[in-house]
Amino acid sequence: MEANGGDVARIRSELKSLKAAKSDIETRISGLEAQLRDLTLLNASTVSNGSVTGDSSCNHELSPDMIYRYSRHLLLPSFGVQGQSNILKSSILVIGAGGLGSPALLYLAASGVGRLGVVDHDIVELNNMHRQVIHTESFIGQPKVKSAATACRSINSMIKIVEHQVALRTSNALEILNQYDIIVDATDNAPSRYMISDCCVVLGKPLVSGAALGLEGQLTVYNYNGGPCYRCLFPTPPPTTACQRCADSGVLGIVPGIIGCLQALEAIKIASAIGEPLSGRMLLFDALSARIRTVKIRGRSLDCEVCGENAAFTQKQFRDFDYERFTQSRLSTAPSKLNLLPAESRISSRELMEKIVKGEPYVLVDVRPEHHFRIVSLPNAVNIPLSSLEARLPEISCALNKEGITDSEKGANLYVVCRRGNDSQRAVQILHSKGFTSARDITGGLEAWARDVDPKFPTY
Amino acid sequence: MDVTEVKAENADSQSSKKESVKIKVLFFARARDIVGLPSMPLEVSSGSTASDCLNKLVALFPGLEELRGCMVLAVNEEYTTESAIIKEEDELAIIPPISGG
Ligand SMILES: [Zn+2]
Repeated sequence: MEANGGDVARIRSELKSLKAAKSDIETRISGLEAQLRDLTLLNASTVSNGSVTGDSSCNHELSPDMIYRYSRHLLLPSFGVQGQSNILKSSILVIGAGGLGSPALLYLAASGVGRLGVVDHDIVELNNMHRQVIHTESFIGQPKVKSAATACRSINSMIKIVEHQVALRTSNALEILNQYDIIVDATDNAPSRYMISDCCVVLGKPLVSGAALGLEGQLTVYNYNGGPCYRCLFPTPPPTTACQRCADSGVLGIVPGIIGCLQALEAIKIASAIGEPLSGRMLLFDALSARIRTVKIRGRSLDCEVCGENAAFTQKQFRDFDYERFTQSRLSTAPSKLNLLPAESRISSRELMEKIVKGEPYVLVDVRPEHHFRIVSLPNAVNIPLSSLEARLPEISCALNKEGITDSEKGANLYVVCRRGNDSQRAVQILHSKGFTSARDITGGLEAWARDVDPKFPTY
Repeated sequence: MDVTEVKAENADSQSSKKESVKIKVLFFARARDIVGLPSMPLEVSSGSTASDCLNKLVALFPGLEELRGCMVLAVNEEYTTESAIIKEEDELAIIPPISGG
């Protein structure tokens, strides 16, 4: 057993140092590749300029390599040389290399967008893989921007990929967005959506905005040719519960995939000046019924606080605007940690484990929704979702009595758990107000249990 | 399923004395979660506005109240305001924004 433990430690430490060396080599490789690309791009442009006056007779700037690579685009009569030349000269910024950004980036890179930027500050995680198809398992633990840029470069080495490994904030958004012609919003939260739309209005950039959750998707082009902005449609932000993000609710992986593809399509249409962009209209995708509806939405609102007639939303106002306060939700994807209870109303997962080992009687109520409980639960836990807690208090009294804990003990040894330790605090507040004044919640929820007590306990 | 629905609606509209209008309401995103249905028929008195329809829906599903300030309202796939008059067989869509990605 001990020798086994020693082996594991040795292998872990060797893996760690090898991975560090690998990451160092990869950084050097991508640096050299970038240098090489810039040099060949320089060469390509001189060659093609030369060929205009030389023997091959074409009145455009596409090199022979480009003609071959993009031949199916060039063969499309309504797209052709003009459309491709426009794309090659365009610059597009994709904000978010997640479920929407993954397919969008892959297609934009493949299509030959001249300069393609990626903004993200997250790292690749295993539970991203089912929808964020640009990332591969070998990049788990590495920055998404790096992973996405590597994938784009391996598809198309002829274009310039720019990595912005930062969290987009009002302090850096103007500077970053200003470097691009077209902005693609592939983020996953309400404050980012308002911030990006406002920034596009201030800078006069068209915005291709997509969103997906559960089995539904939405797509619109904002701030294009006098069309509406995000705030024209949604002047007041949604209540926090109305706009859940992927991290907290489910999404069928292919749904953001489809919307992300449509975002790439709209961006390509704008970049190539082909077709009719989805401005003043909203596309609604419903995966379950296989229905796509396009709803005509309002035009630009004269009263819009950002793009309206009398709006004077300046760069300075943008920089000073507090989007987290405005939307009552956070820009970062890290889940918030509530602190509603005094220390004596909480118990750590380690302490609870000790009590269980000692054989103390207890009742454990899991207040997560039923479909969460079905994924994984602690042994002996009773599932009473927070939403039905007040109606199901008699069940708790009954369970306590069964364990030999009387009503007079006011819920001693009654513990409440949830996924991360927020809802459990709300539940304990309810229990306290209903007479179970000794009820306690497990700090940090099942995530803490998996981290501190049982590393084999599945997280999701 | 769809066919029989349409037939029933036609039969009803012929016999009605124009005192009420029957419409179809479509729910999207969070509205669909709250109501638990992608769509439902709704009968309102003739001359009702989109706002009247919303009031009636909020009475049936109080959870919809939280969305009222933040949704796109469309009739027959075109943007509308709450003051618009609703007609027989209109399709009223309630579209809150999605933020996920
Ligand atoms: Zn506006």
